[in-house]
Amino acid sequence: MSGTFVGMPAFPTAAREALGDTQLRRNLAHATRTIRDKRAKVVAEVEEWEELRLAGAGVKEAALRDLATHLETLEDSLTRAGATVHWARDAEEACAIVASVTKAQGADEVVKVKSMATQEIGLNEALEADGIAAWETDLAELIVQLGEDLPSHILVPAIHRNRAEIREIFRRRMGAVGRPAPDGLSDEPAALAGAAREHLREKFLRAKVAVSGANFAVADTGTLVVVESEGNGRMCLTLPEVLISVVGIEKVVATWADLDPMLRLLPRSSTGERMNPYTSTWSGVTPGDGPQEVHVVLLDNGRTRALADDVGRQALRCIRCSACLNVCPVYERVGGHAYGSVYPGPIGAILNPLLNGVTDPQTASLPYASTLCGACFEVCPVRIDIPSVLVDQRAAVVDSHRDDRIPKPEAVAMKGAAWTFSSARRLARAEQASGLAGRVLGRFSRTTLPGGQAAAGRLPGPAAGWTSARDLPAPPAESFRAWWLRTNGGTDGGQDGGGS
Amino acid sequence: MSARDEILAKVRSALDGVEPAYAVPPAPRVPDRGDLAALFVERVEDYRAVVTRCAAPDLAGVVAQVLDGARAVVPPGLDLDLPGAVTDDGFTAYELDRFDAVVTRARVGIAETGTIVLDHAPDQGRRAISLVPDLHVCIVDAGQVVADVPDAIALLDPARPLTWISGPSATSDIELDRVEGVHGPRTLHVVLVS
Repeated sequence: MSGTFVGMPAFPTAAREALGDTQLRRNLAHATRTIRDKRAKVVAEVEEWEELRLAGAGVKEAALRDLATHLETLEDSLTRAGATVHWARDAEEACAIVASVTKAQGADEVVKVKSMATQEIGLNEALEADGIAAWETDLAELIVQLGEDLPSHILVPAIHRNRAEIREIFRRRMGAVGRPAPDGLSDEPAALAGAAREHLREKFLRAKVAVSGANFAVADTGTLVVVESEGNGRMCLTLPEVLISVVGIEKVVATWADLDPMLRLLPRSSTGERMNPYTSTWSGVTPGDGPQEVHVVLLDNGRTRALADDVGRQALRCIRCSACLNVCPVYERVGGHAYGSVYPGPIGAILNPLLNGVTDPQTASLPYASTLCGACFEVCPVRIDIPSVLVDQRAAVVDSHRDDRIPKPEAVAMKGAAWTFSSARRLARAEQASGLAGRVLGRFSRTTLPGGQAAAGRLPGPAAGWTSARDLPAPPAESFRAWWLRTNGGTDGGQDGGGS
Repeated sequence: MSARDEILAKVRSALDGVEPAYAVPPAPRVPDRGDLAALFVERVEDYRAVVTRCAAPDLAGVVAQVLDGARAVVPPGLDLDLPGAVTDDGFTAYELDRFDAVVTRARVGIAETGTIVLDHAPDQGRRAISLVPDLHVCIVDAGQVVADVPDAIALLDPARPLTWISGPSATSDIELDRVEGVHGPRTLHVVLVS
C-alpha cells in the first residue's frame, strides 16, 4: 500500500525539490516550532536534566558494551516467560518469520502498532506480497498508508500533511479498505481523530494477529515496553490472540531498574509531555490476559555493522525520540522525504550510513546533509554526539573513493594542495599567484562581504558548485608570510598590506 | 550457522577490544515537592482528565454518581457495591465494546508525571476491560501515590503486565495539536480516596 524509499535520489537533488514546495515548508515550520516549544517547557521543569541525560546515555552504553551477554539473558528470560524467540540476520529473514507465524494462524491480516523496525525492514510490502494485509493503526501511519505516501518524521510520520490534506485522504481512501469516513467530515483534528477511531475499531475487534516493535527490551526480566499515545498500541498488544514483536538488538537494557531514566527522558524529548498517555509492558504470556501466543523477533539488519564502528557505535543508543529532527535547521526546511529513509533528520544522516555502509550515492550523500551546528547533540536525551559521527562518516565516504580509477575533483584539489604546502618555495609562488588573482578579482567584484572585504564572483569549472550558494572572499593581495618578511614581523611599522 | 549464533558471533567480534564493564551514573532524584496527593491531582488534571477527591466511606456513592447510569463492567476483585455493574466474565472484545464504562482500582500513582499504573491484579482486571469501554473510572488510594518514576518502578513487578496511564487517549499527529480521544478511553475519571 504505502510506497518505498527504494530509488530515491541523493540528498541534494531531493532537498532542492522539497525546498520548492511552499506548502510543505509551511507545514513543517509550524509543526517543528510547536514541538520544540513544548519540549523546551517540560525539559526546563527538570532541574537535573543533564544528570538524567548522563544516566540515560549510561544505561544504553552499558547495554551495548556487553550486548551479547544481555541478548542471551533476554532470550532466556523471554523463553522462561512463555515467549518464542526468533533471530533474524536481515530484513528478508525477519519478514519471512512474521509471515510464517501469521499464516500458521490461518490469518490473512495483521494489525500493527507503529514501529520503526518494521518500517525499516519493509514488512508491510513483504506481507502484502505474501497475501497478508497489514493495517497501520497509529493515526499518522494510517494517514501515510491511506495516502500511499512515505513517512517523513520518526514520531509523526505525516508531519508534512496539514488538516485539509488529511481530510481529503480520509474521504477518498477509507471506504476502499473498511469503514468509510463519515459524511460531512470536517478538518477539525478532533473530528479526524474520531473518524480514525471508527474506521479502525472493527479491525481491532476482529484481529487475530498483531505486530509491534518495542521501545525497550529488559534483559533480566524478559519485559518488552511499548510507549504510545493513542491506545492503538494497547489494542494491538491486548486484544489479538497472537502477538509478534520485531525488536532491534540495540533495544536491550540490562535491568528493570534501568527503565527509570529512559521513561523520564523519552516522553519529554519526544512529544514534549511529562509522560505519554500509555505505556504497556509485558513479559511473555500472562494466562487469561492478552495474547496467549507471543513471538519476539530479534533483528540485526546492519546493527552489528554499526556496533563495530568505534565512533558510530553511540548511534545505537538512539531511543527514536526525534528531538534531533525538530531542532535541525536542515530538517525543518527540507522535511523527511529528502533523506530517502525511514530514519530522517540528523539521526538518519548517521544511522543509515552506519547500518548500510556508504557504497551507494544516496547513503553517501547523507553525512553532508548537515551544517554541523550541534543543536541535535544538545537535545539528544542519550547524548549521541551526532556532529562528530557525521564528520567521521564524511571521512568514511572519502575513504570509500580512495581507489577510484577517476578521482573526484575534490581529491585532485586536495592532492594539489598537499603538493603545494609541502614546499616553502612552491607555497610562496602560489601565494604570489593568489595575491595577483585577489587584486584582479577585487577590482571586478560586485559583492562586498561584511567588514568591507571584496568577494570573488562565481568561479568557473568544478568549483562553480561551491560558489553557487556561498560568497568566496577574494584572496588578500599580500600573504601573511610576505607581510611578515616585509615588515620584519610587524616591527618596522607598515600595518597596511601593500597593493589595492 | 544459525541466525542466532551468527548474530551473537558478529556482536562479539564487533566489540572485540571494547571493555564490557561500564559504570552507569545514577539517575537524579526529584526534589521534595511537598503534598504528593495535591501534586498528583494537579498533574492528572493537566492532561484534561477529571479528578474527584473523596473519603473512603463515600466511595461507592461517588463512583455511582460519576457513572450516572452508564453500563459498566468491573473486575472480579473490585470490592465495591455498584448497583447495575457487571463483573467481567471473560467477555470477548465485541462484548466489551457494548459497555460504556469500566471501574478499576490501580497499583500505584506517580505525582510528578500524573501517571496511574495498573498491574492488572484482580481489583483491576485483565487489560482488555480497562481499554475497550469509552469511560475509565480509576480509583486510586492517596497512600498509593509516590513521588516519581523510580519509586514506581521499584514497587512494580515486571512479571505482571503493566499499563501506565497518563490522561485520556490522545494524539498530536495532526499538525502536532493535542487532541484527546482516539482508541483508548476518551474520558479518564480518577477518584482519589483519602
